[in-house]
Amino acid sequence: MQASGAFQSQSQSQGQSQSHGTMQGYDPSNFFCEMLRPGQPQHPTLTLLLSRLAALPIDSLRRRAQDAERDLLERGITFTVYSDATAIDRILPFDLIPRVITPAEWHLIETGVIQRVRALNMFLRDIYHERKILADKIVPAELVLKNAGYCPAMVGFNVPFNTYVHVCGTDIVRDETGTFRVLEDNARTPSGVAYVVENRHMSLRVMSDLMTSLRVRSVDEYGLRLHNAMAEIAPAGVEDPQVVVLSPGIFNSAYFEHVFLAREMGVPLVEGRDLTVEQGKVWMRTTSGLAQVHTIYRRIGDDYLDPNTFNPDSMLGVRGLIEAWRHGAVAIANAVGTGVADDKAIYAYMPRIIQYYLSEEPILQNVETRICGEPDALAYTLDHLHELVVKPVAESGGYGLLIGPHATKAELADFRALLRANPSNYISQPTLKLSVSPTLCADGVRPRHVDLRPFAVTGKDTWVLPGGLTRVALRPGSLVVNSSQGGGSKDTWVLA
Amino acid sequence: MTTIMPAPHKVHLIARHAEATIWLARYMERIENMARILDVTNTFARDADDTRNWLSIPRINGDLTEFYKRHTEATQRSVGEFYLLDQSNPTSVQSFIAAGRENARTLRALISTEMWLQINVFYGRIRALPAETITPGHFTSACSMLKDGAQAHTGITEGTLYRDQAWHFYMIGRYLERADQTTRLLDTRFHSLAPQSEAVDADLDAGQWNTLLRAAAGYHAYRREHPSGYNAQEVACFMLVNIAFPRSVGLNLAQVGRHLTQLRRRYFLRMSPALERLDQLSTTLTVENVSELTGRKLSPFLDFVQREIGGLHQDIVDTFAG
Repeated sequence: MQASGAFQSQSQSQGQSQSHGTMQGYDPSNFFCEMLRPGQPQHPTLTLLLSRLAALPIDSLRRRAQDAERDLLERGITFTVYSDATAIDRILPFDLIPRVITPAEWHLIETGVIQRVRALNMFLRDIYHERKILADKIVPAELVLKNAGYCPAMVGFNVPFNTYVHVCGTDIVRDETGTFRVLEDNARTPSGVAYVVENRHMSLRVMSDLMTSLRVRSVDEYGLRLHNAMAEIAPAGVEDPQVVVLSPGIFNSAYFEHVFLAREMGVPLVEGRDLTVEQGKVWMRTTSGLAQVHTIYRRIGDDYLDPNTFNPDSMLGVRGLIEAWRHGAVAIANAVGTGVADDKAIYAYMPRIIQYYLSEEPILQNVETRICGEPDALAYTLDHLHELVVKPVAESGGYGLLIGPHATKAELADFRALLRANPSNYISQPTLKLSVSPTLCADGVRPRHVDLRPFAVTGKDTWVLPGGLTRVALRPGSLVVNSSQGGGSKDTWVLA
Repeated sequence: MTTIMPAPHKVHLIARHAEATIWLARYMERIENMARILDVTNTFARDADDTRNWLSIPRINGDLTEFYKRHTEATQRSVGEFYLLDQSNPTSVQSFIAAGRENARTLRALISTEMWLQINVFYGRIRALPAETITPGHFTSACSMLKDGAQAHTGITEGTLYRDQAWHFYMIGRYLERADQTTRLLDTRFHSLAPQSEAVDADLDAGQWNTLLRAAAGYHAYRREHPSGYNAQEVACFMLVNIAFPRSVGLNLAQVGRHLTQLRRRYFLRMSPALERLDQLSTTLTVENVSELTGRKLSPFLDFVQREIGGLHQDIVDTFAG
């Protein structure tokens, strides 16, 4: 572990970066700091950035932060929070101090994510066809076949390039030794990419003087790459395929991101009511009549896509869409039934899944994970509850999880009962000492925990957007970075 | 040797988006019109309790029933409350901006970022209008803020909205709304001020003509065209037929026709029902015809024009609703 001693010696070698200006009083203590990075080789761009930050008066940073916040609200770069009767547009709080990734680190993340996406797609292909991995007992069959995300309608159905997960968001954290670890895979409809690009634009607006001549990799290519992947998977023989983004509509909390995706790809943003299936094909209602649609990048969950196949009450979907898809008349991204692959129970097997299909060691490690459905794991988890993070396997958004070290005795006792009642619903992991990044707080620039969600786009091949969404837990000591739980975000700079 | 040209990439417009574009333009235009009428009434009403003048605004909008459900008397305060602050009144600027913004939100991937940003900020400003807005000291500045915001929207749209199908629909919405608002304005004034008989027309006092023309931003132009004074027929012709006056019904309908034709020629949209209706309507908007419509004959004609404008909107929407 890097003790604060290492940090102090580094601070001396860098001059007085923490003794004045913006960084005054900043002390990451024994957490790995993404900016000071104890024990890692220095990168000249980073050194320059740090000296500029140090020279910046904190009042200037605060003024810029206010500008940024107002700008985000005015631009409507917001997500909508619904309570009983009201809808409030909230911004995802933006912290101006970037999270930095060196070229060597990015190489590791990029190759690791590509490897993981390959394995996820091969796993999905297998479990919907030969099921070799189940026959070989690498992954318990019932864990897959009885999984809520497993979709029987997908059995035997082939998708172009065997790509199921066209857009994947891989949540990565860094422990106190500086080792990157995958926390979870998001293989359904991962969100947040709009913030990656908007955060960069914001940095360019309010931090342009700090960015001068720094070589940071661009994030502008996402829309183009995504569109080209969507065009690749379109039905064969279509020369200029029509791609659309399918959204639940303006009242969806992630609507801004849907707008962003449509705009960046240059394609229509449609709702279910704009589409119709006739003569086995999918059409959109345009001013000049029906026009054929070839690829749908859908931001609607599986259950709502087609009332004929799934939830019959869904008003959001398109009747007959799945059948048209199964007949090859249209492509849908991400494919239906990918939820089984990003399930927290399957996650525990990912290292073995990678080895099984690729005969490679995982480039990115998992967090050590226990499956509470297994008796030994349950016993261990119950014994060590106060030092573990326990997560329900079916939830997302940071809900329903227990962070042992932060829980009261009563909370621990309650959770024990939950665990005993339904052990297979939970996994447990050691409490991570997540890395921190300097973040503007009420009392100055302070260390706050961060994670990283890179976005991988896969048609025929996989491309990873340099960087990704850095989420930051703004509450002191908090490990929960989700926007619904007091999280914010940072611009993520991959140095060139 | 024949060369086969590649087919140009065809950019489709979702039918629902075309309709939302028309509505976006109409709602933003309504805000400007409402601000104009309130401002001019405020300036030229004899005082804050000049009921006859203040009542003309609910009448213009066909809101008398709704208005009297909430207020007993038409004053600056009650009419201001009804149109500037009341979020539950669907014809208040509060409701217009909410509806405008919702359409803009629907179109957000299509309109320019600047358009969205300005509407979003404008929305925040209108929603934040305080209770003292409707007091004499604040009334005019609130109206100015609304006019400024609506005109900034118009200017930003002119400068940033890409000229494809959606733009044509936007312009159709704007011009339909302007034409409609002008008929309403003309109707109330003639209706409330005048004339139970043709002889009274000439007695309408100059101040009232001023109010009417100023509300439509036509006062100075009218003075230039008719320096010798007011005449009911001339005012009616100015507002209905004159194709140099930006808010005249004739000019706005001509613009609608131009955009419909573009949609038909460039994008091969079936616009014949709307174009036919427009042709017929235009034949009635001549100096000869309007000059005969003095006194009580004007109002039914204006009702007819309003119905036809509504019909045009419906014809356009119907061409791609099926």
